[in-house]
Amino acid sequence: MPEINIRDALQMGHHEALENDPDVLIMGEDIGAYGGAYSVTAGLLDEFGPERVRDTPISEAAFVGAGIGAAVGGLKPIVEYMNLNFALLAFDQMINIGASLRYMSGGQVSVPIVYRAPTGGGIQLAATHSRSYENWLAAIPGMKVVAPSTPADALGLLRSSLLDPDPVLMVEHVLMYQQKGFVPDEHFIVPIGLADIKRPGSDLTIVSYHHAMVTAMEVADKLAARDVSAEVIDLRTLRPLDMPTVITSVKKTNRVLLLEENLKTGGIMGEIAAQIQENAFDFLDGPVVRVGAEDVPHPYNRGLEQSMIPSADKAIAAVSAAYGI
Amino acid sequence: MQAEAIDISFKTELLSLYQQMYLIREFEERSGEMYTRGHIRGFLHLYSGQEAIAVGAISTLEDRDYVVTHYRDHGHALARGMDPKHAMAELFGKATGSSKGKGGSMHLFQASRNFYGGHAIVAGHLPLAAGLALAARYKNTGGVALVFLGDGSVNEGEFHETMNLAAVWNLPLVFLLENNLYGMGTAVGRAHARGGDFDMAGAPYGIACAVVDGMDVLAVREVARAAIEKTRAGNGPAYIEAKTFRFRGHSLADPVNYRSHEEEMEWRKKDPISLLGDRLLQQDLTTELELLEIRETQDDVVREAIRFAEESPEPTEDELFTDIYA
Repeated sequence: MPEINIRDALQMGHHEALENDPDVLIMGEDIGAYGGAYSVTAGLLDEFGPERVRDTPISEAAFVGAGIGAAVGGLKPIVEYMNLNFALLAFDQMINIGASLRYMSGGQVSVPIVYRAPTGGGIQLAATHSRSYENWLAAIPGMKVVAPSTPADALGLLRSSLLDPDPVLMVEHVLMYQQKGFVPDEHFIVPIGLADIKRPGSDLTIVSYHHAMVTAMEVADKLAARDVSAEVIDLRTLRPLDMPTVITSVKKTNRVLLLEENLKTGGIMGEIAAQIQENAFDFLDGPVVRVGAEDVPHPYNRGLEQSMIPSADKAIAAVSAAYGI
Repeated sequence: MQAEAIDISFKTELLSLYQQMYLIREFEERSGEMYTRGHIRGFLHLYSGQEAIAVGAISTLEDRDYVVTHYRDHGHALARGMDPKHAMAELFGKATGSSKGKGGSMHLFQASRNFYGGHAIVAGHLPLAAGLALAARYKNTGGVALVFLGDGSVNEGEFHETMNLAAVWNLPLVFLLENNLYGMGTAVGRAHARGGDFDMAGAPYGIACAVVDGMDVLAVREVARAAIEKTRAGNGPAYIEAKTFRFRGHSLADPVNYRSHEEEMEWRKKDPISLLGDRLLQQDLTTELELLEIRETQDDVVREAIRFAEESPEPTEDELFTDIYA
């Protein structure tokens, strides 16, 4: 297969899911006639019809909860949010119902639903459309959260999500739909909960995910020019976290940079930093370095927004300050 | 001969309604005692007074139909056939409870009977019911979903969103609003633009509306049956307001200082259990002795449920970490 982008990989995943499993249906705002805000579902309505590709009213709580109910009733719904920021209107559904039913029913009820949502800043949509709340949902027992940064991971994780008997949220960074990459021709999946060592190295571990992976690779390139060998880990899943991969790497390199585009306060990297110091404290040559977005609402202005989102230079400066490299 | 056969089956059915309502009342009142004695903790919301609604409506359902309800849910669970032992053990938080002690009073479930909760965020369960209705139609099971909601739900966004979605998608879903006149301690008229007039709450969405005396189990059954038949036939969702009253406080933590004793006494005159019992006696369909026997049998059932709950083990420590994921 020639290189394809993340949008195409996701569309392929939806198409094959609809084709292979009659219980799969997709619902969300403008996913049918319009083709999806980011065109992931374009063309599916024509091919599979309105029973299976369902445009919904702009009622996040209702259609997300209906997706949960459909899953409980034996279907395999994929519910697309137009933007993860709109999921705030349905947090009650996702948390109090979707993520809690199995536990509260003593294991009687399964909720095999897949939520998908564009997320992230960088395209000047200001505070209501740019935040990344996946770390909030990754804090909820009962939820699984995946965040692919390559087309192969997008397809492989979507396949795994559809096979999963529990609720899975897939977040898709708005800047990455055009990201190209190699996707194997033969069938494959990417297991939920498995990080990927994107680049091996010996002097510094960089842990990141999603669009911050682009920055992470840039950091690794720039450090390589200074003869610093960075190992770059793409988390790919935010819950459950693949901490063994992270800890093994940190024990090898003795230095770590945690890089995310979430607000630094409350970001997922705070949790990872805590687990590193719990499990690899004696292996560290210095403090855990954590770089995230500035703690401000996303601004509209391009220059301001770019200053808010972490850059490679900012991350390198933080690494140099901590480790003298 | 045939007429007599019909009579006998009709009588059996009516006595079954009586028996179910009495079971729920006894279950609730004894639960209240167990709460006072500290065997049941958390919040306990009793259904006493509202029995005719759950019993009347659920009696018209088939096994393939779904039931979803609010947190005042013991009555619905029992009417749907949950074993009182498992319900009581759940209230006690025991390992033998319907949710192994992980859900409690507000979160009863029995998937094997298509009873999907027991939900404690007001109106939060309505979309779930819409999704179950969607699944039933998508899979062509011929089933419908019946969702019970309280009067407070009408002021939540999820009520309006779900009504609209159910109408747009023509779902086989019946909304049954139990208007007990108070959302916790707030009289419905103080919190609703139309002064607590819920009779036409489905109308803005083109949903057929009906109102019924929620103290009269036969009336509830008739209205529910019509709504369920209509929605099962593919005519879209239906809405029913049942007017009722809870004889007890919002929960057992409620001192009930926002309504008068007189109001409660007026409603207690319409007690759904004695209403049906009296009617059966008047029509010579039963005797005082037969009703007494039913009540005594149900007293035993509840006594046995309490004994079962008391004697059941606490969940083991490892249960803390099970049932989070498959």
